[in-house]
Amino acid sequence: MSKLGLIIKREYLAKVRNKSFVIMTILSPILIVGMVVLIAYLTKVNDSDKRIIAVLNESDYFTGDFTTSERTAFIKFRSISLESAKDSTLSLGYYGLLFIPDAGDMQQVAEKTYFFTKDAPNTLVLNQLESIFSERIRSKRLEDLGVSALEFKEIGSGFELNTATFEGQTNLKGINEIKAFIGGGFGYLIMMFIIIYGGFVMRSVIEEKTSRIIEVIISTVRPFQLMLGKIIGTSLAGVTQFAIWIISASLLMYVVLSVFGIDISALEAGPQIGPAMPGMETVSPTSDTLQLYASELYKIPWTILIISFVIYFVLGYLIYSSIYAAIGAAVDNETDTQQFILPIILPLVLAIYIGFFSVFNNPNGPIAVGFSLFPLTSPIVMLMRLPGGIGEGGVPLWQLITSIVFLGLTFIGIVWLAAKIYRVGILMYGKKPTYKELFKWLRY
Amino acid sequence: MMSYEKSILVAEGVTKSFGSHKALNRVSLSIPENSIYGVLGPNGAGKTTFLRIVNQITYPDSGTVYFNGEPLKQEHVAMIGYLPEERGLYKGMKVGEQVLYLAQLRGLEKQEARARLKYWFERLDIGDWWNRKIQELSKGMAQKIQFIVTVLHEPRLLIFDEPFSGFDPINANIIKEEILHLKERGASIIFSTHRMESVEELCEYIALLHEGEVILDGKLFDIKRKYKRNLYSVQLETAKGEAALAGLREHFQILSPRFDPLIGHLDFTVQLANGEAQQFLAKLGTTGSIIRFVETVPSANEIFIQTVQEKMGNE
Repeated sequence: MSKLGLIIKREYLAKVRNKSFVIMTILSPILIVGMVVLIAYLTKVNDSDKRIIAVLNESDYFTGDFTTSERTAFIKFRSISLESAKDSTLSLGYYGLLFIPDAGDMQQVAEKTYFFTKDAPNTLVLNQLESIFSERIRSKRLEDLGVSALEFKEIGSGFELNTATFEGQTNLKGINEIKAFIGGGFGYLIMMFIIIYGGFVMRSVIEEKTSRIIEVIISTVRPFQLMLGKIIGTSLAGVTQFAIWIISASLLMYVVLSVFGIDISALEAGPQIGPAMPGMETVSPTSDTLQLYASELYKIPWTILIISFVIYFVLGYLIYSSIYAAIGAAVDNETDTQQFILPIILPLVLAIYIGFFSVFNNPNGPIAVGFSLFPLTSPIVMLMRLPGGIGEGGVPLWQLITSIVFLGLTFIGIVWLAAKIYRVGILMYGKKPTYKELFKWLRY
Repeated sequence: MMSYEKSILVAEGVTKSFGSHKALNRVSLSIPENSIYGVLGPNGAGKTTFLRIVNQITYPDSGTVYFNGEPLKQEHVAMIGYLPEERGLYKGMKVGEQVLYLAQLRGLEKQEARARLKYWFERLDIGDWWNRKIQELSKGMAQKIQFIVTVLHEPRLLIFDEPFSGFDPINANIIKEEILHLKERGASIIFSTHRMESVEELCEYIALLHEGEVILDGKLFDIKRKYKRNLYSVQLETAKGEAALAGLREHFQILSPRFDPLIGHLDFTVQLANGEAQQFLAKLGTTGSIIRFVETVPSANEIFIQTVQEKMGNE
């Protein structure tokens, strides 16, 4: 086996045999699935919690409006004073008391109505009550104007502007966001991988320094070989871990869902807040539009996207992890790394933000283009743009090529610089390096 | 030009700077095959930098190092064993795996390495530590492992930087014996240390480094002969110390005398001219009975100080 191969093997084994690594690998999917199950369970529990609200209605209005629903039950009080109604509500442990006085016409009654609760009332409950009143008032007004509820519904029917490209292709709303999300997922994966496993590379370098084995090793191999072997070995361990996570989490999720019979779509719907406007239907996409979305997703250049992902992943990860390795070499212990880590994380975070704000709005705008060419942010930003396609309407081919060439050149430059710092740094003990010092090392 | 035939390692005009600091300045050395060579000098003299260049950890700004007559290249690491001053092992790695790994990096086949390891484990009485982690080992045991790592690939040139620092006396002795044994089997050995007295008795050749320059090098025996100043340390048994001293002083230069009347011992140092020893001994014999008459040979440390002083005086 070549020396590089030996180093990669050792680094890989050292990493995957590491106790905390094994624990994290096993525990993470369990934690994630456990979390999902917990959320699902809590949502269910929340749903089953039924509130009872007492209603004391002295007016002639709103009499039939308080019907018991799945979450809320209404109990009507009759012919008792407000004070005794309050007392009864408290002593019976009801959620609250809705007091509707007899105060003239419907509008006036509504304005004088009070809702008494022990603590500040839940927003959901308030929304529910308010919508009951406003709906009744609205239909009363419509009635006064001589409009029937059915007629109003027809008037208020929603309107959507149809959009199309000049070529006559129908555009879909939100498809840009969906595409950027897919690309963003890949970009995010790269960022997470860099931060987690770059950190591993750094700690592994520091460990070799503190255990003082470094000089024994680099008297047999070139420092660059050691650095490269370390980065590759650690990232292979990372890929292994990611693969185990994805496979075991999906298996576990499948098992848990089928055992407990939790409907995952219930999670996606989330808590329902009462409709803001009656008569405004939630827009449910027809099967036609769904078909269009599907065909749009199908049109995403998956091959190019995956190939680019691999290229950007490898180059981006190598650039950042060699910087991490250089930092590890420059310091004696992990606490000294802080000042150097921030400037690395910054472009990564910037890329994610630029991606989610700028690329979503305009995948081909100047900001999106600029940052998808800039080498330290391009792995993330370009991947967000790419689902829009190559060429016409998407990323011009020259931009993709330029971006990869820039990244490649930066890769060579940064790895060269990092290797120089690494080579000098690993033999320096007891010095807390400054940027000035690092710059000097480049000339050693 | 130096002769390459008999030298395992030759350095020619090796210069290395770190920024404005010149760590090595035109260092030229020749290390004979199958010798024990001491590279001596205080901290910061450039010893470790020189050794790192020999191990191809750093590279000289100018000058060349020849190994076995060839300019130094990467393949030579298989023929060199290096125990650096800053030494250690992977704490969380098992002993056997670790030594095999390091041996393979030095170009040894796995099977071969395993067989040799067995030999060394028995020889140094290490026993069944194969599956233990370094962090579970005592310091002395770890030091033995460290030594095995250095010699396992049977290098032709062994380099020890500050070899006995950090070793407990028992281990230091074991290691010293093993080094001598390796030398008998044909290896060449470089010791580098600032504690000159610790290796003086072992070295056949020395080079003294001071501020990046070789200020003195050659056979230790020759250097000592050159630097000895005909000083002898004497102990004499006599009842009348004062009278004896006065008698000797008429003919010889007596330094720092001390007489103990209780046991009748007279101690002093005498400075003799060349060939004067016989004459002095004859006179001494008539004065009292001789307990000791030894030539005082300067230590490497003294030679170093003297050379540095001379050099500074010249500048």
